[in-house]
Amino acid sequence: MNRRGFLKLAGVAGAAAAARPASAAPASSPDSPEFWGVLVDTTRCIGCRACERSCSIAHDLPVPDIENDDLLEHERTTSDRQWMVVNRFETSKGEVFVKKQCMHCWQPACTAACLTNAMHKTRKGPVIWHPDKCMGCRFCMVSCPFEIPKFEYNSWNPKIQKCNMCFERLEDDKKPACVESCPTDALMFGRKRDLMEIARVRIYNHPDKYVHKIYGEHEVGGTGWLYLAAVPFEELGFRTDLGTTPYPEFTRDFLYGVPLVLFGLPALLLGLSLLAERDSES
Amino acid sequence: MADTRDLGRELRRFGKFLRSEARPRGKLLTPFNVISIPVILLGIGILVVRFTKGLGSVTNLSQEFPWGFWIGFDVVTGVAFAGGAYAITFAVYVMKLEKYHPIVRPAVLSGLLAYVFYAGALVLDLGRPWHIINPIIGNSFGYNSVLFLVSWHFMLYMLAELVEFSPVIAEWAGWRRLRRILGALTVGTVIFGVTLSSLHQSGLGALFLMAKSKIHPLWYSEFIPIFFLVSSIFAGLSMIIVEGTISHRVFKDQIDPAKHHSFEDIILGLGKGAAISLFVYYFFKLLTFIHDRHWKLLTDGWGIWYLVEILGFVLLPCVLFAYGVRNRSVGTVRVAAVMALVGIVLNRLNTSVIAYNWTAAVRYFPSWQEIVVTLMVIFTEIWVFRWIVLRMPVLREAHELPTRRTTAGNPVPSAIA
Ligand code: SF4
Ligand code: SF4
Repeated sequence: MNRRGFLKLAGVAGAAAAARPASAAPASSPDSPEFWGVLVDTTRCIGCRACERSCSIAHDLPVPDIENDDLLEHERTTSDRQWMVVNRFETSKGEVFVKKQCMHCWQPACTAACLTNAMHKTRKGPVIWHPDKCMGCRFCMVSCPFEIPKFEYNSWNPKIQKCNMCFERLEDDKKPACVESCPTDALMFGRKRDLMEIARVRIYNHPDKYVHKIYGEHEVGGTGWLYLAAVPFEELGFRTDLGTTPYPEFTRDFLYGVPLVLFGLPALLLGLSLLAERDSES
Repeated sequence: MADTRDLGRELRRFGKFLRSEARPRGKLLTPFNVISIPVILLGIGILVVRFTKGLGSVTNLSQEFPWGFWIGFDVVTGVAFAGGAYAITFAVYVMKLEKYHPIVRPAVLSGLLAYVFYAGALVLDLGRPWHIINPIIGNSFGYNSVLFLVSWHFMLYMLAELVEFSPVIAEWAGWRRLRRILGALTVGTVIFGVTLSSLHQSGLGALFLMAKSKIHPLWYSEFIPIFFLVSSIFAGLSMIIVEGTISHRVFKDQIDPAKHHSFEDIILGLGKGAAISLFVYYFFKLLTFIHDRHWKLLTDGWGIWYLVEILGFVLLPCVLFAYGVRNRSVGTVRVAAVMALVGIVLNRLNTSVIAYNWTAAVRYFPSWQEIVVTLMVIFTEIWVFRWIVLRMPVLREAHELPTRRTTAGNPVPSAIA
């Protein structure tokens, strides 16, 4: 089995484990890789945007002016110059800040879309982009349910820009830059299983403080980034209509059908043509 | 020894022949030329800017609308229009419906050119086109990507079309032995081509399966691949009707007048095929509509837009086709064909651009540069089509190789007779 097939299987197994009820012990075997992720507790975030700053520095992007609160007036999206943004939402429980970046899906739509494997889910979990493979078709952008990959429209040699969960720092056994810079522990880095446990404990200990849902537990088959919140996620700009089916599933039936058609249809056509020939002769 | 000398002589002859064929024929100042030449030149200029300053400098593409007119119209719609080639070769070589034999060559030629130009337009839209080599040479195979599949099938299908068309080229060049060999490949190639076509026509639809959360529910369905496949049949047949009608006027002197009557017969036959596939398409659309319980979506502007597409440009042309075939009214069938084509444009653009990200605050509308480049692609294709039709035995009878004078008065070299 090649590495990719292995990863795919691992992803399926991982999602199945994630879908288990909380009481069941998560399945694990020594060689199944466990994906890393980040738990975002929006009740702890103070909107200082230190993470925005550290992210830009870590990835050589233009550093945003985090003193300037005017930027918080409107909901922002990530861009080709900024891999993550913090947004402010007026909610039923007052002001809430939410960090937004790539969710590092367990079975990402973007990697399934990519025809060159330029978008790639690594063994540790980050979804990263290879500049020397990408041909700039933007199918990943069309497919990503969170609209995360961004394209440099004004360059002759455009790149796809998106959060890579500080893949290069992880290789050095360091945490993502944003997590490290967060002064309030609103961001926590760890293996998804541990993060889920922590999130559940927080909800259990403070049942009135949190809505009883962990965004990312099941969404689109489970994501690497998880969110806790005090108000329903709709109020925080999250899409709650994405479903729990991993996005690659939507094309799986079609792709499975391809070899069938590729070998079956010619046989059928050949038969038809022979029949038609006999008819036209007689 | 004699062989190589023969080959040398043959090559020299062919070189001379090619030079004489390359000369322009006919008047230069036709209305088509007067319009198309400036557009093509302007388009080339725009492409120079596009490849030096980036896609954003000439297109209205954005982070919300990564695919615009070039993909939605040139590629997705253009390839559907090119479906005629596989439908006709299927009818003639698999089902042995000899009646349609006279239109095989023009259909295959326009199919081949449509793929070269419209599927080829994909390259203009790629941000890093030089990496297109990656999924081809295999250092990076994204097996589980629908786009991987579609682009491979595009390439293989172009090859199949070329093989299907190659007997014409061999006849034109006077390569008789090669002509026989290539002719023998036809049935196999057709079967291969029909298979590839059905896969990439549906594959184009499958591209949008993962855009589930973005496409308006009236246009999203898990059956998009099947919709795209079925609709490519009547799209292709309608295109042949329209294109055939036009080339019969423009290239009058290429066609034996005695054949005119049989051409009308062919159009009626194509109309029948289009009526049936339109009906299947409509019925299937209706089924999924009812199954998904989309009634309440019909009340707003999107609902009305959807009804315009389905009732006005699917059901109505379907009825018109049926009426025209029944009353042997070729005119009605032509009108129906044009309407069906409009319906395809609407459907493909709705799926890929208009109803895509329908909640976005800022809508996408193609820039004038995007439209000029699209026109450039279409006009260049027509130029090539005309060049070939005036020289190779596409419309005129295959075997009665002409010694008569062609339009421009250039005697056709007798070597190819
Ligand atoms: S959020 Fe989008 S870009 Fe990130 S892994 Fe998921 S599909 Fe890919
Ligand atoms: S995880 Fe790293 S790459 Fe992603 S937003 Fe945070 S700092 Fe940036």
